[in-house]
Amino acid sequence: MIQSDLAVILPEIVIAVYAMLALIGAVYTAKDGLASLLVWTTAGLFTLVALWIATSGSTTTEAFGGMFINDGFARFSKVMILISAAAVLVMSQEYMARRGILRFEYPILIALSAVGMMMMVSAGDLMSLYMGLELQSLALYVVASLRRDSAISTEAGLKYFVLGALSSGLLLYGASLTYGFAGTTLFSGIIEAAGEGQASLGLLFGLVFMAAGLAFKVSAVPFHMWTPDVYEGSPTPVTAFFATAPKVAAMAMFARLMFEAFGGVVGDWQQVVAMLSVLSMFLGAVAAIGQTNIKRLMAYSSIAHMGYALMGLAAGTQFGVQALLIYMAIYVTMNVGTFAFILSMERDGQPVTDIASLNMFSKVEPGRALAMLVLLFSLAGVPPLVGFFGKLYVLRAAYEGGLAWLAIAGVIASVIGAFYYLRIVFFMYFGEERDDTLDAGTSPVLYGFLSLSAIAMVVGVINLFGIEGAAAAAAATLVP
Amino acid sequence: MIGLEHYLTVAAALFVIGIFGLFLNRKNVIILLMSIELMLLAVNINLVAFSSFLGDLVGQVFTLFVLTVAAAEAAIGLAILVCFFRNRGTIAVEDVNVMKG
Repeated sequence: MIQSDLAVILPEIVIAVYAMLALIGAVYTAKDGLASLLVWTTAGLFTLVALWIATSGSTTTEAFGGMFINDGFARFSKVMILISAAAVLVMSQEYMARRGILRFEYPILIALSAVGMMMMVSAGDLMSLYMGLELQSLALYVVASLRRDSAISTEAGLKYFVLGALSSGLLLYGASLTYGFAGTTLFSGIIEAAGEGQASLGLLFGLVFMAAGLAFKVSAVPFHMWTPDVYEGSPTPVTAFFATAPKVAAMAMFARLMFEAFGGVVGDWQQVVAMLSVLSMFLGAVAAIGQTNIKRLMAYSSIAHMGYALMGLAAGTQFGVQALLIYMAIYVTMNVGTFAFILSMERDGQPVTDIASLNMFSKVEPGRALAMLVLLFSLAGVPPLVGFFGKLYVLRAAYEGGLAWLAIAGVIASVIGAFYYLRIVFFMYFGEERDDTLDAGTSPVLYGFLSLSAIAMVVGVINLFGIEGAAAAAAATLVP
Repeated sequence: MIGLEHYLTVAAALFVIGIFGLFLNRKNVIILLMSIELMLLAVNINLVAFSSFLGDLVGQVFTLFVLTVAAAEAAIGLAILVCFFRNRGTIAVEDVNVMKG
């Protein structure tokens, strides 16, 4: 009995035990001297576990009486989370080591938050959902303030903590109401209690509170205010991490909660999610225009992208979930490449995040500028790059789900949003000449990730590397 | 006779006080931590009341998890606050303003 349960959560156990052993090992030996080694082993372990999960068959198994579900949807999300976390770890190693902020806690905290994220996407019960979410959040609060001698980084950590705790509180209050009115915390029980068509008022309150808490985690408007400050204040590798894996996990958890626990009352939450989506798209597009700091710009960019991903969820159909998964996979790939570029922006060895410093960057380094150009076009959704197909999928899902107005709003927001991406391109290619140009990049790792991501944006148009089929199979396990 | 609705009312009141404490407080970050704690404890009252009303133990198990997490959360919050105080020499809410957002 217990063996079969443990077998289901073995990947999580492996990473959790690894994190604890690494913590004890590093504390009793060389401490920060081991940090580089730990970064590489953690990234390696993530990649191996991702391969293991990807090849572990296509059955749906449950553990601990339905509290933990291992289905195609969870596996697809877990592979995305682990691969992107590994990529960010590898990218951050050199950057952090050169600035003396590579502490041995960093890879360990990332590993623990990855366990939390894997719990979140596999949760089949409000309790396991909450525990996974908190394990992820608590680790992330600490990494946000990793540069503990810097006022800006600790302020980012403090803001993230206060607003994150508020969102957990909202989610939890919703969970308690849902438990009270459904009589159970299991998703399979809640969906029976909610019934078809119209949920009871108490359950509806629970649903709204939980949706608000989750909207905080995916940084959807009107719960987005922490995002720009946390992105700007955290060390850049940590920002790169925030923009990738936790977003996938929160979005996947959102979809799972909505479909597994409230799948019978789609009409009750569809309009709320559609509203979150349209507000996020427009605020992300409009507020990013005036930004001068590229990290803040990426924060608004991620708010807008979450709006598009929520559009897939708002459709409330199996195709919508497929579109959501495809969109998140493309978003993560683009962001890894873009942050590889931002991490390599420096002048005289000091990191620069000023957008104006990119003036005439194409003269300094034509190769990197070209790769960034491809990525920015893809982020803006310019055809025929892969980012365009991600948007096309969610727009089609919204249209087919009966939300034509949302699809039209999405197109308008994407036109507005294209402006600020193209402004960076304009600076790089047609900006004014300046004496204080950026240094040429020195890191082959960052260059590799940047060019791989840019090449993927071009080559991917052939068949999206086959994620279409995988996402369809994953969506089919979530929405019957 | 004190019924379920009385407990739920108290919990809702405490929860709202917690949220207001978070947004209206202009003085001290410690008060923010206390407000967060208040919110989580309001949820606990809710869970225990429902658990007793439904005759189902799951709610109390959930409460124990929430208590544990609340303790860990307070520890991490205070740790970040100590780092912040070392850098800025203040924990007033209005001084958490290096970045405008």
